[in-house]
Amino acid sequence: MTILDMTADVPAPRDAGGPLLEVRDLHVEFHTRDGVAKAVNGVNYTVSAGETLAVLGESGSGKSVTAQAIMGILDMPPGRIPQGEIFFHGQDMLKMSGEERRKIRGRQIAMIFQDALSSLNPVLSVGYQLGEMFRVHQGLSKKEAKAKAIELMDRVRIPAARERVNDYPHQFSGGMRQRIMIAMALALEPDLIIADEPTTALDVTVQAQVMDLLAELQREYNMGLILITHDLGVVADVADKIAVMYAGRIVETAPVHELYKRPAHPYTKGLLDSIPRLDQKGQELYAIKGLPPNLTRIPTGCAFNPRCAMAQDICRTEIPALHPVTERDGGELVGRGSACHFWKETIHG
Amino acid sequence: MAERSPEDEATPNVSEVEVVDAATESEAVAAIEAPVHRGEPILQVRNLVKHFPLTQGIVIKRQIGAVKAVDGVSFDLHQGETLGIVGESGCGKSTVAKLLMTLEKATAGEVFYKGQDITKLSGRALKAVRRNIQMVFQDPYTSLNPRMTVGDIIGEPFDIHPEVAPKGDRRRKVQELLDVVGLNPEYINRYPHQFSGGQRQRIGIARGLALNPEVIICDEPVSALDVSVQAQVINLMEKLQDEFNLSYIFIAHDLSIVRHISDRVGVMYLGKMAEIGTDTQIYDHPTHPYTQALLSAVPVPDPEAREGRERIILTGDVPSPANPPSGCRFRTRCWKAQDKCATEEPLLAVPERFAGQDTPAAHESACHFAEEKDVVHAV
Repeated sequence: MTILDMTADVPAPRDAGGPLLEVRDLHVEFHTRDGVAKAVNGVNYTVSAGETLAVLGESGSGKSVTAQAIMGILDMPPGRIPQGEIFFHGQDMLKMSGEERRKIRGRQIAMIFQDALSSLNPVLSVGYQLGEMFRVHQGLSKKEAKAKAIELMDRVRIPAARERVNDYPHQFSGGMRQRIMIAMALALEPDLIIADEPTTALDVTVQAQVMDLLAELQREYNMGLILITHDLGVVADVADKIAVMYAGRIVETAPVHELYKRPAHPYTKGLLDSIPRLDQKGQELYAIKGLPPNLTRIPTGCAFNPRCAMAQDICRTEIPALHPVTERDGGELVGRGSACHFWKETIHG
Repeated sequence: MAERSPEDEATPNVSEVEVVDAATESEAVAAIEAPVHRGEPILQVRNLVKHFPLTQGIVIKRQIGAVKAVDGVSFDLHQGETLGIVGESGCGKSTVAKLLMTLEKATAGEVFYKGQDITKLSGRALKAVRRNIQMVFQDPYTSLNPRMTVGDIIGEPFDIHPEVAPKGDRRRKVQELLDVVGLNPEYINRYPHQFSGGQRQRIGIARGLALNPEVIICDEPVSALDVSVQAQVINLMEKLQDEFNLSYIFIAHDLSIVRHISDRVGVMYLGKMAEIGTDTQIYDHPTHPYTQALLSAVPVPDPEAREGRERIILTGDVPSPANPPSGCRFRTRCWKAQDKCATEEPLLAVPERFAGQDTPAAHESACHFAEEKDVVHAV
């Protein structure tokens, strides 16, 4: 695949001075008993300070594996990064030593996981776990760390933080636990936060509270945010730009409004058509036929071709590059790209 | 789908129960096997209550309270329709499902299936009810035994109800079921791990269909599936409903999917039904503040529609069902709450101000200050 540099068509960052994070042609594979599973096959994206990139995909699309590679928490082996670069503040993290990466992790890049209950230690109080960040990274005393923990709990709007600081994770509700996870990620004021399905385990009413909080804190600290999700609805609210992943590749990139209005890849289009609407009762749902591919046997050519209604011979032989998407008259569409041989037909009909 | 018009608003939620007196077990079985006309109530739930006791002490156990999971719920399910039940986790929707399946014993209240109170049945009559009410579970990864072949999983119900399929005929019957749910009949000897999530859910549906039930209770049947596969399973369920004349109770937390599949929708909060009506009444003309908040919080995959909509962000969490608030249970999170709400429990009924009027707002809602508010459409 030719590297169509996504940096070129990214909307101007709010903070001038180059992207915070740049992933270039990243490949990740896992050696399994069934063969080599190619989880990520050449992903490129950038995130600037203050910007939210949503990475959208189904299970097995490689969205979480990419994040784990950035964070440096991939299990290797069985995982392997045969190719690619991940620049953070202009330095390739994949060339750093373990010790150097450890200093970045938590301090400059933090991660929020889906399941807060299993990410927190059940036998330690939340105050202790929050304070740990300060004790370990900043060498504060126990007392100072606790005061900082209370401050953080206030920041993420946990009521009565002073009284609750000694409570254990099971004494908090799901939404409150996720707030504690957010507090922990924010503790050292990182430049970049990766949130992997942060609201999937929560009820809709709580989901809205948590997403709003995350967006607000991001603006306040001017952080970069990578939001990984399978939920097209959640993305619509907070993201600036979206990258849609399928079988380890980015198949479409677009500013958030554009993507929903005019998808330029048949997969994105199919996904949007297959969700029922809240505001009207529809007819039969459009369903993308078939199943997502097995990563040990990704179809040749475009990975989506066996499920695609538009597939032609070229789709079975040639992997489509991420073409820049333009208006019908050739006018530029900033930040848009589609990895489909027939993107013109898809977007312009 | 065409004959199940959403405009069919004449049917009230709760109708008169015609109790069928059955002196003997055989009479009860006969009543359970009797056909029901389309649109007639097939399942009538009245004041259903389930309290789980909270105990203290190891040797001498004392009851110190109860988790009021379901606390007086009434509704009808009509033949051939889909009743959606929505609500946040802990509202009691899954407990209702278990009670209808007689997997849990109700603390109080009745569930009438064709006029027979199934909470009081036993022996052959209970077995007949259980054949007629089947369930499809949420997680296709844990609800299928990994050591049984697909043929054994789908055929297992026949061991308990051999009258449905005689022994020699079972393999053919299982293959037929696989075909019906869109799986290759040759997969009969495969194991669950050889299938994807969506295919496993099809196996779960085939097992639910095996005994030719009349009612299927679906507890979050698509929430564990990927978006592109969800639509396939939903379409299959709609097709099967028409083909086999099934009635569904569809429990889910995804409000868009519930609207798509349901004829009527009930909204539960902390063990009570807050509002119930046709899909148009609930989604386009909600009158209960909780329904309005729930609908407004749904993230919609359309940023433009989103920006025009009013959002109500609820503060706080759902109170503990062991110690629910007095009066209206929603009052602790409600922006309309007044003194009356703390002292007087609002009943599930058509609000007085809408009573007798020909408006979609005239449907049952348990709120003292019921008011219509559109939160789904952009203004």
